[in-house]
Amino acid sequence: MSLNYTKKTMKHFLHPKNIGEIKKADAVAEVGNMVCGDQLSFSIKVKDGKIKDIKFLSFGCASNIATASVMTEMVKGMTLEEAQKFDWNKIVKKLDGLPRQKIHCSVLAVEGLREVISAYYKKHPEIFTKNKGKKETVSKIKKIK
Amino acid sequence: MQVYLDNSATTKIDKRVLKKMRPYFEDKYGNASSIHFMGQENNIKIARCKKEISKILKGMADNIIFTSSATEANNLIIKGVMRANRGKGNHFLISAIEHPCVLSSGRELLDEGFTFDYISVDERGILDLKDLKKKIKPETVLISVMAVNNEIGTIQPIEEIGKIAKEKGIYFHADAVQAVPYLKINIKKWGVDFLSLSAHKFYGPQGMGLAYVNRDIKIKPIIVGGGQEDGLRAGTYNMAGIVGMTEALKLAYSERSEYVKKVKSLRDYFWKEVAKKIKNIRLNGDLKNRVENNLNIMFEGVEGEAILIDLSVAGICVSTGSACSAQNLKVSSVITAIGIDPRYMNSNVRFTWGRYNNKKEVDYVINKLVKTVERLRKFSVIK
Repeated sequence: MSLNYTKKTMKHFLHPKNIGEIKKADAVAEVGNMVCGDQLSFSIKVKDGKIKDIKFLSFGCASNIATASVMTEMVKGMTLEEAQKFDWNKIVKKLDGLPRQKIHCSVLAVEGLREVISAYYKKHPEIFTKNKGKKETVSKIKKIK
Repeated sequence: MQVYLDNSATTKIDKRVLKKMRPYFEDKYGNASSIHFMGQENNIKIARCKKEISKILKGMADNIIFTSSATEANNLIIKGVMRANRGKGNHFLISAIEHPCVLSSGRELLDEGFTFDYISVDERGILDLKDLKKKIKPETVLISVMAVNNEIGTIQPIEEIGKIAKEKGIYFHADAVQAVPYLKINIKKWGVDFLSLSAHKFYGPQGMGLAYVNRDIKIKPIIVGGGQEDGLRAGTYNMAGIVGMTEALKLAYSERSEYVKKVKSLRDYFWKEVAKKIKNIRLNGDLKNRVENNLNIMFEGVEGEAILIDLSVAGICVSTGSACSAQNLKVSSVITAIGIDPRYMNSNVRFTWGRYNNKKEVDYVINKLVKTVERLRKFSVIK
């Protein structure tokens, strides 16, 4: 094993930000990498279509923890739409790079983010459709009901 | 504080060994194949070293071939014996917990029309003799089983395997890299035809290995060139390495009992304390049939690489077989072979003690390990 984690990666591993579970979260999602066995769980609180708070739990290596930590910092305050398009390359860049065999950790973190946003949309279909510009139809259907 | 608990990966060279090696860099640098006095003196020295080693291993001096590593020795023995004995058969057996160099040598032979099977191990990490007997075929040429496993330290029933091999007329190779000085290697008693050793695992130099080869059995060299080692391993003799390996092996066995007692007391103390202080942990592999310097512990809910890196920051060197630590992202084949629940496969850490460790260091590691596991468990997905 040859691993050279950057200073920033080590900082996030040793002092991860936003760890834990949000009580009464608006959505929760868990993802795992079937190959390496790493797991991440995210919980979010949403307000006015924006990520008001995000926390994570991890079962994984140093870079799994660091990528999730730095990502939660970066996406906090983003609209759900922005966050859903969040690119894993930004995590790698923010950490000043990751060892080649650890790039997949950043992908898993982004996968988890998308999952938790999808979970939120599933609970709130009206927002999802609003984003697609179909709010009226939805509310009409609701009224008919 | 810096604490090295990775003595199964490599060891710090013994100063007494280094002292014996130095003249071969500075004064006695003659090529042992040269026929002038500087070469011939070294040639005689090599013969003396082989004699001394063979005395310890209870084998024959002429059967010793020096190599650059145990990896090279294992490549030579497995590929060399199979390729040279095609007339006898095309099948061989290896245990499911062999070192990657044995596994890879085996896989390479598949392309050449050879086949092999894995002999399974039980949940303690010890070879299943019944399975071995079941898997022997009329065309089986070679059995290769390590004497001591490198990850979980379990001791394999080498003598029993040797008997079975002899009965069936099959050649037997034991990779004994992790056995020095824990087991009293005895080539005759073990019934092995081939054996491999690595100097840096017992306070000798890196880049130095040995293949013990029964010369009555045909073997095809891997490295060819200037005809050294009777044509079985070409390349200029590594004088300093040979002298260093010989000295290290001699010291390892002359100081064996006190050494083993020391590492065992440090290890047992560590295990007792850790088992008391950290909940939900388990030992991988059998505790009794295990070399005295090894522990391989599963820490529920935390990943091995994360533990390793956290300890590393505190100056502590250990190792892990977790998938995250591997280039190919695969869990160690040893951990898979002993049938560990997939949930726990990536939570193993190996601690291996050595000559230079002391109790103060062990206390430091226990203290740090408790904190590490506690910290990582705090935000673990697995509750």
